[in-house]
Amino acid sequence: MEEGDKAVTSLRAAEVVMAGLFLVFGAVVMWDSQRLGAAWGSDGPQAGYFPFYIGLFIVIASGANLLQAFRMGEKGAHAFVKRGELRMVLAVLFPTVVYVALIANPWFGLGIYVASALYIAWFMWRLGGYGPVKIVPVCLGVVIFFFLMFEIWFKVPLPKGPLEAALGFS
Amino acid sequence: MQEIQSLIGGFAIAMSWFNLALMFAGVTLGVLIGVLPGLGGANGVAILLPLTFTMAQQPGGATSAIILLSCIYWGALFGGAITSILFNIPGEPWSVATTFDGYPLSQQGRAGAALTAAFTSSFIGALVAVLLITFISPIIARFALKFGPPEFFAVYLLTFCAFVGMAKGAAFKTIAAMMAGFALAAVGIDTVTGQLRLTFGFMELLKGFDFLIAVIGLFGIGEILLTIEEGLEFRGAKARLNMKVVLETWKELPRYWRTSVRSSAVGCLMGIVPGGATPASFMAYGLAKRVSKDGEQFGNGKVEGVVAPETAAHAAGTSALLPMLTLGVPGSPTAAVLLGGLLIWGLQPGPLLFTEQKDFVWGLIASMYLGNIVGLIVVLTCVPLFASILRVPFSIIAPVILVICAIGAYTVHSSMFDVWLMLVFGVLGYVFKKLNYPMAPLVLALVLGDRAEDSFRQSVLGSQGDLLVFFSNPLVGTITGAALLLLFWPLLSGGWSALRKRAAT
Repeated sequence: MEEGDKAVTSLRAAEVVMAGLFLVFGAVVMWDSQRLGAAWGSDGPQAGYFPFYIGLFIVIASGANLLQAFRMGEKGAHAFVKRGELRMVLAVLFPTVVYVALIANPWFGLGIYVASALYIAWFMWRLGGYGPVKIVPVCLGVVIFFFLMFEIWFKVPLPKGPLEAALGFS
Repeated sequence: MQEIQSLIGGFAIAMSWFNLALMFAGVTLGVLIGVLPGLGGANGVAILLPLTFTMAQQPGGATSAIILLSCIYWGALFGGAITSILFNIPGEPWSVATTFDGYPLSQQGRAGAALTAAFTSSFIGALVAVLLITFISPIIARFALKFGPPEFFAVYLLTFCAFVGMAKGAAFKTIAAMMAGFALAAVGIDTVTGQLRLTFGFMELLKGFDFLIAVIGLFGIGEILLTIEEGLEFRGAKARLNMKVVLETWKELPRYWRTSVRSSAVGCLMGIVPGGATPASFMAYGLAKRVSKDGEQFGNGKVEGVVAPETAAHAAGTSALLPMLTLGVPGSPTAAVLLGGLLIWGLQPGPLLFTEQKDFVWGLIASMYLGNIVGLIVVLTCVPLFASILRVPFSIIAPVILVICAIGAYTVHSSMFDVWLMLVFGVLGYVFKKLNYPMAPLVLALVLGDRAEDSFRQSVLGSQGDLLVFFSNPLVGTITGAALLLLFWPLLSGGWSALRKRAAT
């Protein structure tokens, strides 16, 4: 078996974790609804009445899912995600998180246009293996198109950073 | 024949140059969205919805806005077939059945015939569904005017029970996902008592979860993550579509009129029930395979095997708008997003729409006829263009789509918190897809949660907390009964076949 084909977790483990998360979520919904009052008040149902039962349904359904996960049999041993697959997913997810962080943050928000250009460039360079001859025109083209579309044509302002400020857009 | 008159009025509205231009733009964008991985009808419309905010404020603007968005939907329905046939990648879940015969056809070098058959039958399916909407929806709307809160809650119940009963996968996963949607819809300020629910002191949660963010994350980011898992390669057949092939295929198509009629009927019926398009396409394919005289040839590239699922899927996708317009209950995630659009533009979906917003409703219905004609023209003429877009490497397309998703999420409320939320929903969507949790019920519950809760509260307020109010008269009793029947349908049909088996032995 190749390195990339090794399973990170089994399908059963993933099912159990997911059902468990749902169970906790349902319990939290029930608990908070109980706090608000999930009974019949003097003037009708209280604020927590409807959500309380929603939470209860989540708990019941995820309990059943949990049981089913334990009774999956052989199929439960299948891979939920293989190492190579997870590596690809993280190779996309991690830069995307950095990208969103770069758009706006209290320290050095770049604005959505500059951040997008950097993000597309990084993606093309690392995952596509392109050189600057292709990267630069694609990035500039996409970002300038979006700038025209949102800021000029549709007048929907997006987050901007120091570069746009230097160019006179705020 | 009041409908015909109203429809002519609708055509007068939809035929303006501005609206016709919007139709072309919408359909082209829609096909593009349907062709690109990670963008589909639901999140494509969700991303573009904020762009219509200013448009909808002008007089008659809401009609133009819905024409634009619904045409994106038609385009996406058409576009799903292109990737299925040329690349064996279903762009939308309801195009899966199209790959069975469409891809073999294109491997045999008959891609043109498969595409023509797919587009033409999509058009026919849609046309049947629009005719249905034209003549049935005013009747349903008139009927629904009598509905009070208990009836509306019963209809919502029916919608959600149908999801559980008709679901292919695990019923409890459907329930869990759906209820999670309701719980997320409850987050924020309770409209009746003004209390804060499930916010746990976070200011960002005050306004609750917007379903548009959930749609963009679940369907967009989740889809991209899932696609990328299998690597960055795309391989597909060349597409050439000239008039000769189109005409030859059109000559062949009338032979399958029985399949078309059957598939349209299946599609229309299933489309009114939520989540119908995908099962409808499979059902129509299965039916055609069983009934057709060379049924065993299905799967090796039969044009009839493309006609059946495409007609049904398009009929279902179109008729999903019928309950959305008449009852305010969307039949598909994309219809749910369109419903969300109506709410944002300040229109109240439901039976009153037909009396109070005549121009809007009939403008939309007329635009469905025109939009599908425009769609057919656009896809037949521009297939090579759309196919060439698919040959742009994924490592360029993917980041651009992710940027579009981020911009789309931001523009909903001009809030960075929403962009982060979109990422969370994206990871959730990826895990949901891998574990077979359905996403459509979650989205529908998120859209309808507040309305369902309001109608529930008003109903039980009227009855002083007696839940029997949902059986208090024949009308509401029938709807509630049908809902419960659908909910327990898998159990009932399972029990029935077990009984029959026992009787047989």
